[in-house]
Amino acid sequence: MISIKNVNKSFGDHQVLTDVSLEVPKSNVIALIGPSGAGKSTLIRTINALEPVDNGEITVDGTSIHDKKTDINVARTNIGFVFQSFNLFPFLTALENVTMAPMKVKGLSKEAAEKRGKELLSSLGLEDKFDAYPNRLSGGQQQRVAIARALAMDPTVMLFDEPTSALDPEMVTEVLDAIRKLAKDGMTMVVVTHEMGFAKEICDEIVFMAEGKIVERAAPSKFFTNPDTQRAQDFLSKVLNH
Amino acid sequence: MYQYDWSVISRNMDVFIDGALKTLEISAISILLAIPIGILFGLGRISKNKIIFIISSTYIEIIRGVPLLVLLMWIFYVLGQFFSLGSYWGSIVGLALFAGAFIAEIVRSGIQGVPKGQMEAARSLGMSHTKAMTHIILPQAFRRVLPPLASQFIMLIKDSSLVSVIAATDLTLNAKNLVATSFRSIEVWTFVALVYFIMTFSLSLILRYFEKRLLKSET
Ligand SMILES: Nc1ncnc2c1ncn2[C@@H]1O[C@H](COP(=O)(O)OP(=O)(O)O)[C@@H](O)[C@H]1O
Ligand SMILES: [Mg+2]
Repeated sequence: MISIKNVNKSFGDHQVLTDVSLEVPKSNVIALIGPSGAGKSTLIRTINALEPVDNGEITVDGTSIHDKKTDINVARTNIGFVFQSFNLFPFLTALENVTMAPMKVKGLSKEAAEKRGKELLSSLGLEDKFDAYPNRLSGGQQQRVAIARALAMDPTVMLFDEPTSALDPEMVTEVLDAIRKLAKDGMTMVVVTHEMGFAKEICDEIVFMAEGKIVERAAPSKFFTNPDTQRAQDFLSKVLNH
Repeated sequence: MYQYDWSVISRNMDVFIDGALKTLEISAISILLAIPIGILFGLGRISKNKIIFIISSTYIEIIRGVPLLVLLMWIFYVLGQFFSLGSYWGSIVGLALFAGAFIAEIVRSGIQGVPKGQMEAARSLGMSHTKAMTHIILPQAFRRVLPPLASQFIMLIKDSSLVSVIAATDLTLNAKNLVATSFRSIEVWTFVALVYFIMTFSLSLILRYFEKRLLKSET
C-alpha cells in the first residue's frame, strides 16, 4: 500500500534521510520508533509530500507521490495525517473542522458532510462536542477531532506523527483506543510513537530508525525481547527502564 | 492678560462641522482605497514570485521611508504635472498610498502570524494552496489584523490633517483660515484638538465593539 524506495533527503548539507526503503502492505500497522532527531517526522512527512525528497520514490496506493505529474492535492485526500500538535482550525467548531475539507475539496454537500462528520465524531466518543471550539476541548478530545477530520476524507492510509506526545498522561489512552479501533478495521497505518506498549500490542512491524537510516525492522515480539542491533538494544534499555 | 473669547467657536460652528465632515470623508475614501491596496501588496510581500515580491517590497519600503507630508507635496507638485488630481484627489491618493503600505505590512504579519501547522493541516487534507489560504489562513489572519487595522484607521484620521498643506479643505485648513481672520488661535486650536479626539475616540469605540462581536462566538 505504501512503498518507499531509496529515499534521500537533506536540509541544507545536513542529510536527514539516507537511502530509506520501506514497504507497508495493506492493512498493516507500522510503528516508527527511534531517538529524537532520527528523522522519523521527516520520513512520515515525505509520505504525503509535506516534505519534498531529494531523490527516491514513494508510492501510496499506486500513486507516485513525488512525481511532478501527480496532482498532489488529489493524492493527499487518500492519505490521512495526524500531527503531534493536533493543528485543529481554531476558528471552526469540531464539526466544522471535520466537514471543511470534504466540502471544499471533494465538493460534498453541507448535509452529506455533516452527516458523515457527526458519525465520525460520535464513533470517537465526541457526540456532545459537535459545536465546541478547539480551545474548549481537552488535548485528547482535540486529537480525536483531528483523527475524525483526517478520516472524513476517506483515506486508504493514515499517518500519525507522535499523536500522543503532546497529551497529558491520562488522555493518552483515549487517543490510542481510537487508533486501535482503526487498526481493527483494517486501516493501513504508520505511527511514529514512543508508546512502546501500544506499539507492541497493535503493530505488525516495528521499524527502528537512527541518524536518518532504518537500523532494524522486526516483528514486535522479536524487537522488544531480542533486537538484532546494538543500537536498538541501547535505545530500548533507555526507554523501557525509565 | 489674554482675553479668552470662546464665542469664536459657536459663531463659526458651521466652519468646524464642514471641516470635520470633509476630514471624515477624505479619511473614509482613503481607507476604502487603502484596504485593497494593502491586501494586494501584503500578499505580494509573501509571494514566491520574485517580481511580485520585489514590486511589493519596493512600494512598501519607499512609502515607509518618506514622510507623509513630503509624499503629499510630491503627489501634488510632481504627479500634479502629469495628472490633474487637484488637492482633493491628490490628498486621497496620498493618504491611500500611505496607509496602504502600512496595511500591507499588517496583512503580511497577520498571515505570517498564523502558525505553520495550519497550512500543513489544510494541505494534508488535500486543499490546494489557494483553498488553504482562502478557507483556513486568511480567516485567521483577518482576526489577527483587526486590532492593528483599527489603530491604522485612527491614525489615518489624524494623519489626514496634513492634507491642509496642499490646500485640501478639511478641519485643519478651515481652522487655519479661521485663525487667520479671527486671531483666536488658542480657542480654535483647542477646539480643533477636541474635535479630532472625539472623532478618533468614537471610531475607536465603534471598532472595538465590532471586534468584540465578531470574535465573541469563538471563545
Ligand atoms: N525544516 C527543517 N530544517 C532544517 N532541519 C530540519 C528540519 N526539520 C527537521 N530537521 C532536522 O532533521 C533531523 C531529523 O528531524 P526529525 O525528522 O524531526 O526527527 P524525529 O522526528 O525523529 O525527532 C533533525 O536533526 C532536525 O534538526
Ligand atoms: Mg518528530
